[in-house]
Amino acid sequence: MKIIIVGCGKIGISIIESLVGEGSDVVAVDSSPSVIDEIGNTYDVMCVCGNGADIETLKEAGVSKADLFVAVTHSDELNMLACFVAERMGAKHTIARIRNPEYNDKSLDFLGKQLGLTVSVNPEWLAAKELYNILKLPAAVNIESFSGGNLEMVELRLKQQSILDGLSLIELRKKYNAKFLICAVQRGEEVYIPDGNFVLKSGDRIGITASTTEIQKLLRMLGLMQNSAKSVMILGASRISYYLTKRFINSGNKVVVIDKDERVCEAFAAQLPEAVVICGDGSEQELLLEEGLGSTDAFVALTGMDELNILVSIFASNQGVPKVISKVNRSQLALMADNLGLDCIVSPKKTVSDILARYARAIKNSQGSNSIETLYRLMDGRVEAVEFNVSKDFPGSKIPLKDLALKPNTIIAGIIRGRKSIIPGGMDEIQAGDRVVVIVAGQQLIDLGDILR
Amino acid sequence: MNRKMVFFVFGRIGQTVGALLLLPAIVALIYGEMLQMQSFIAVAVGAIALGVLISRCSRTENKVIYAKEGFAIVSLAWIGMSAVGALPFVISGEIPSYIDAVFETVSGFTTTGASILSDVEAMSKSMLFWRSFTHWVGGMGVLVFVMAIVSNMTDRSIHLMRAEMPGPVVGKLVPRGKDTAKILYMIYIVMTFVQIILLSLGDMDLFESIVHTFGTAGTGGFGIKSLSIGAYSDYSQMVIAVFMMLFGINFNLYFLLIIGRIKTVLKSTELWAYLALAAAAVIAITLNLLPQYESFGAALKDSFFQTSSVMTTTGYSTANFDLWPSLSKGILMLLMCIGSCAGSTAGGLKVSRVVLLFKLVLGEIKRMLHPRAVTSVKFEGKAVDKQTLNSVLIYFAVYVFCVIAAFLAISFEPFSFETNFSAVIATFNNIGPGFGNVGPMGSFADYSAFSKLVFSFAMLLGRLEIFPLVIALSPSTWNKSRA
Repeated sequence: MKIIIVGCGKIGISIIESLVGEGSDVVAVDSSPSVIDEIGNTYDVMCVCGNGADIETLKEAGVSKADLFVAVTHSDELNMLACFVAERMGAKHTIARIRNPEYNDKSLDFLGKQLGLTVSVNPEWLAAKELYNILKLPAAVNIESFSGGNLEMVELRLKQQSILDGLSLIELRKKYNAKFLICAVQRGEEVYIPDGNFVLKSGDRIGITASTTEIQKLLRMLGLMQNSAKSVMILGASRISYYLTKRFINSGNKVVVIDKDERVCEAFAAQLPEAVVICGDGSEQELLLEEGLGSTDAFVALTGMDELNILVSIFASNQGVPKVISKVNRSQLALMADNLGLDCIVSPKKTVSDILARYARAIKNSQGSNSIETLYRLMDGRVEAVEFNVSKDFPGSKIPLKDLALKPNTIIAGIIRGRKSIIPGGMDEIQAGDRVVVIVAGQQLIDLGDILR
Repeated sequence: MNRKMVFFVFGRIGQTVGALLLLPAIVALIYGEMLQMQSFIAVAVGAIALGVLISRCSRTENKVIYAKEGFAIVSLAWIGMSAVGALPFVISGEIPSYIDAVFETVSGFTTTGASILSDVEAMSKSMLFWRSFTHWVGGMGVLVFVMAIVSNMTDRSIHLMRAEMPGPVVGKLVPRGKDTAKILYMIYIVMTFVQIILLSLGDMDLFESIVHTFGTAGTGGFGIKSLSIGAYSDYSQMVIAVFMMLFGINFNLYFLLIIGRIKTVLKSTELWAYLALAAAAVIAITLNLLPQYESFGAALKDSFFQTSSVMTTTGYSTANFDLWPSLSKGILMLLMCIGSCAGSTAGGLKVSRVVLLFKLVLGEIKRMLHPRAVTSVKFEGKAVDKQTLNSVLIYFAVYVFCVIAAFLAISFEPFSFETNFSAVIATFNNIGPGFGNVGPMGSFADYSAFSKLVFSFAMLLGRLEIFPLVIALSPSTWNKSRA
């Protein structure tokens, strides 16, 4: 499996890291020699220094034998051109990062078809979507949805003196009569795929799969329900802010956006006149309080600097803002932020590397029959949630789940049949045509058959 | 410093060397040399046991290595290999002095081919085989070999390759370090087999073909006859001359040939510079030799063989070039310093560095004429970045310092200036024979033990391109506080 990555910025590096970890042969292309040096020193990849749309450079990278070609330079135009050239030179699948809202509107379909793109990704739009989902359900620290949008994977943090503390999962089932499944637990450094005897503790980060309505019901019963945010304050008028603000305003809520740069503010205000755009230094606490930090439902820090986002978020938490989200791209910093009590962190690069890992596996599995529909990596990437389409050949179909011999640390967390989502019990069966959500820790799934012993 | 990982890999190399020692043991068995076989097996078992022990004791989860660990591993490995590889010579009693044996083994692994033996033909077959086999192993590199066979040692194996492979810039052929190492060794093995077959079609028997092919492939130069290659037919001489040139070419180019990128190969600046340099030297030496030779053909043959042998830093000889006129000797001395292409098995400064140095000089002259001129050095069709140019300049400076230091260290010896100086050049650039007493018909036997150690160190410095050893030997590398 040969993959070429053009552009080794933050996103590019995280893609390289994730794909090398998946066991693919990766070629990294970047125009800066120092960046390429660093990559070559750190990862087991081949490095080519040059312009990613240049034919000679692409030849050197071996584009004609590439299974997947990914262009994630800072320039949309270069990404599109590189993918176009690569596709013509024989790359089997091409993925371009296209971020500019102008290209992402109506022209995207046309562009994609003309350029022969397999798919285009827009990390900022994806991150904004993720943020929006969390703001709709502030009790969660992370939400991932599976196809059809009915089944969701929600991550919660059990606060101190949680009513779930000391409860085993069997007792939990008996006490709360709702259809849900706790499918992964992170406690300190360890990650568990729990069975019925597992006892929860305060401070655990738990992953729950359930349908959208059941989640609301469960949260209400647990007393964790928070109303969705109606007003939000956003620090930084970046692209993510634009997409997020647009969604938020379209659903009739109030948004305040703060940015230092006057010209950026002006452009933002011109694009979204409904938002309140403040030009000022977001690290000034006085300014934040003046603009109503004390009364806002949620605060989102989206500047380009991880450190600033973390610091301002801590301040906002201390001011009693009910929901604080920070964008942190570097994973080391994300861990530190977690230790500082900021449990809700989004990272556009993680979203993108998840998507690419899914494509890479889907291509690898092109001979296999059970195709991958979606893939998420949770809890620092140590747990994977993978959604498969079940084909007729799956050997485990029509067998009650309790009789199915699964590998350790594997759990079937949901079955989507038509428009219905099932939280499976021991008597349920997988049928051909279903989509199945599998949660695993410590291994990589390429085919649904991999879960069987 | 990730010491555990350094020793873990070191242990693996001990096991590998032990396994490699079993090959001459088999040769000894075939020729019925029992004493030699026992000494090989004893050393092999010892090396494997020690290697396993060291690897076991330093097993670690943290497999992250940086450039300095790469340098340390490579240096330790080469010193350790030489120390162990010398033992069979001593145990079997064929080279009684341990220092002499170390000199001979270092000379083998570094593909130098300088010898302390005054009578090669008296050695047993298995010892001769082992001597030449060290050339073959050292040519492509032991760590590259270990990388090719041991499964994913570390993600950052590039540091090991870079420390062991010669040349200013070391890149991968394919994404995985392991696959790159495999491809390099496959090319190496195939070329070796082709040469063995071609040689055995001539007047060499199988043993002679194998031994001489090892010497050619690693660009080493240990012969098994006092007359070196001069004892064989013109056909054998030409096969060896051509293959020496082939092994002096950057192996990356062979890979590009295999995957069908012939145009890129033909555009290679280094390849053309290498061939042009060789052609110019052959013509100049031939013309210079004409008065001494009866026919033009004979002069051309010897001058081609000797140019190929010296430029690729092999060191085989078909004629006693010590008796040649000064101009020819001067050209040969120059070729010794230049060496062959980067990424080949040869030593020397490498043609690519010389080309870059030359272009830098031209650029500087241009800058003196036009003080505001912006100059850029291009190589292989690409502009070379400042960092690489800088490291080439520094390498050249350090190279000159080291040669001078080595020369001073041995200058108390009672030999002529020519002998001493050419001995340093010949060992540092991994050629083998020099001029005067250490010429093609002489040997290093008369030097003192101290000088032999200096030469051994010079050979290692030359093979590993100086920096790995310097870094591994400076105490601050091993400091725990800088871990």
